Amino acid sequence: MTKLAPVLSAHWDEKDSFTIEAYTRHGGYKASKKALAMDPDAVIQLVKDSGLRGRGGAGFPTGMKWGFIPQGDNKDHYLVVNADESEPGTCKDTPLLLANPHVLIEGCIIACHAIRAKHAFIYIRGEVTHVVRRLNQAIEDAYKAGHLGNGIELVLHVGAGAYICGEETALLDSLEGFRGQPRLRPPFPAIAGLYARPTVVNNVESIASVPAIIENGAEWYQAMGTEKSKGTTLYSLSGHVKNPGQFEAPLGITLREILELSGGIRSGHTLKFWTPGGSSTPLFTAQHLDVPLDYEGVSAAGSMLGTKALQIFDETTCVVRAVLRWTEFYKHESCGKCTPCREGTWWLVQILRDLENGKGSEADLAKLLDLCDNIMGRSFCALGDGATSPITSSIKYFRDEYIAHVTQGSCPFDPVASTLFEGASK
Amino acid sequence: MSFTDKDLVTMESIIKRYPRSRSAIMPLLHYVQSLAGYVTNEGIELIAKLLELETAEVTAVSTFYTQYKRKPVGEYHVGVCTNTLCAVMGGDAIFAGLKEHLGIENDGVTTDGKVSLEHIECNAACDYAPVVMANWEFYDNQTVESAEDLVDGMRAGNPPVPTRGPNSLVTWKEASAVLAGINDGKAHEGLQAGAPTLLGLKLSKEGK
Repeated sequence: MTKLAPVLSAHWDEKDSFTIEAYTRHGGYKASKKALAMDPDAVIQLVKDSGLRGRGGAGFPTGMKWGFIPQGDNKDHYLVVNADESEPGTCKDTPLLLANPHVLIEGCIIACHAIRAKHAFIYIRGEVTHVVRRLNQAIEDAYKAGHLGNGIELVLHVGAGAYICGEETALLDSLEGFRGQPRLRPPFPAIAGLYARPTVVNNVESIASVPAIIENGAEWYQAMGTEKSKGTTLYSLSGHVKNPGQFEAPLGITLREILELSGGIRSGHTLKFWTPGGSSTPLFTAQHLDVPLDYEGVSAAGSMLGTKALQIFDETTCVVRAVLRWTEFYKHESCGKCTPCREGTWWLVQILRDLENGKGSEADLAKLLDLCDNIMGRSFCALGDGATSPITSSIKYFRDEYIAHVTQGSCPFDPVASTLFEGASK
Repeated sequence: MSFTDKDLVTMESIIKRYPRSRSAIMPLLHYVQSLAGYVTNEGIELIAKLLELETAEVTAVSTFYTQYKRKPVGEYHVGVCTNTLCAVMGGDAIFAGLKEHLGIENDGVTTDGKVSLEHIECNAACDYAPVVMANWEFYDNQTVESAEDLVDGMRAGNPPVPTRGPNSLVTWKEASAVLAGINDGKAHEGLQAGAPTLLGLKLSKEGK
């Protein structure tokens, strides 16, 4: 049985955990002091040696990303933190920043030193007023304490409601003051990112993991996790479970283990389907309970680790309704730049709506798969690819349920049964 | 509405945060909403002038992002998450209930100007589903009844306290100022974390 291993979340249960006093009390800002005394290349090497990989979804090795920044080029370099947490099911960076914004600030200082950047930006989604307050105050306090302002400037940039800005090049366009639409790559941000300068874009959890690595060393981090997926990470459990929440564990824990230690599926119900890493990652079912939740394990089982957003749905949930709603989300959030995604998501919604309402036909399933085939890999960015994941995976595992909608001429499920307040009087 | 000299000083300070002025468009749009309640034509003209852009360029940005409103919203803007997980757990019922209770549709505003309603996408609080946001503060684990109490409180000038937020709910304009990066001194208020956020840590301390 894998044991939980709180590192990022170790002090979240202290009432003042978000203050600079609490952070300093637990050794905060010691790691940045240590890193600033090191050669920048040694910092990059240490992060490479730790095995830390991006926690925003793609799992790219963080140290390697930092190493791509050209050195001695006499250009400004930038660090941009992606705090635009919007992938459906994903809810780890938001509580992290509410409980401990200073760990991200200290990570920014270390990363800036490593990539020789004098300027960092945190791009946070706009729909979280209190998180913006906490982060803004923390940045002010870090300036007052002299951690920022002595060679490293940090600016908080607040978004305004656009899922696409979680895509790193759309985020950069948005930060430059444009509509947030993805850029053609190459050039990659490491060569021409923010203001066409070498830029590292990292997820909140990736950067927040750095201070502990500097403090405790690469070997300490390497000792946790699996062969190619090192360290601990935040798993976010939500949906039809007895006890949803955040569980920080070594990479490679399984859903079965997380369910066992947290209390399992809600009483009297059984697991039907789940996402391992948000709605853009192909659905899993009960047959995947023992898949190791690391980058390789989830990938080998046909999905992606993504953001480790474990959304759990029991047998009361209509998979067609669930997939329709996610598809409506992708249609709404498609930026409109490329045709396969803009037009394709629109058609997917029309067909899925008919199917959910019992007005579809079996031929619609082939049409859906054909549309997905023409969106996947043909879109400008990963939003289009992500839109196809719930559809293709749900047809793979629940084809019969789609057909039941067709033969019955309506949805066979009662939506009341799947609510949290099932049985409560209206 | 017109902008005061003090407003202009604030706007200049927002522009100075960035190495290149155009990056200030988004916080300036949040700031205009904090003064006017929505993105007015006057606001767009002023931002264009300050950043030496065409008004069409500023308008193009303002219409891309859903949080920028081109018409007035309520003093309290309520967003009900109806993305899959919240919808299934009760968000759909909550949204339907609020529409009926308030007598308005999606994007509607009550006639007293107190409450506006919108269905929103995933707001990064799935372990607290179903989630309702008010002026982008968290109201966790909602029911149809608790959401009705929330909007009733807003209309009576006495909204309930956010679950994970400041000690009292600020207005739409006040929240917009926070999003423009202006410190309202409330960062220390409220919980550092809710129970679900702490569950893994608690279990770990119990030896799991």
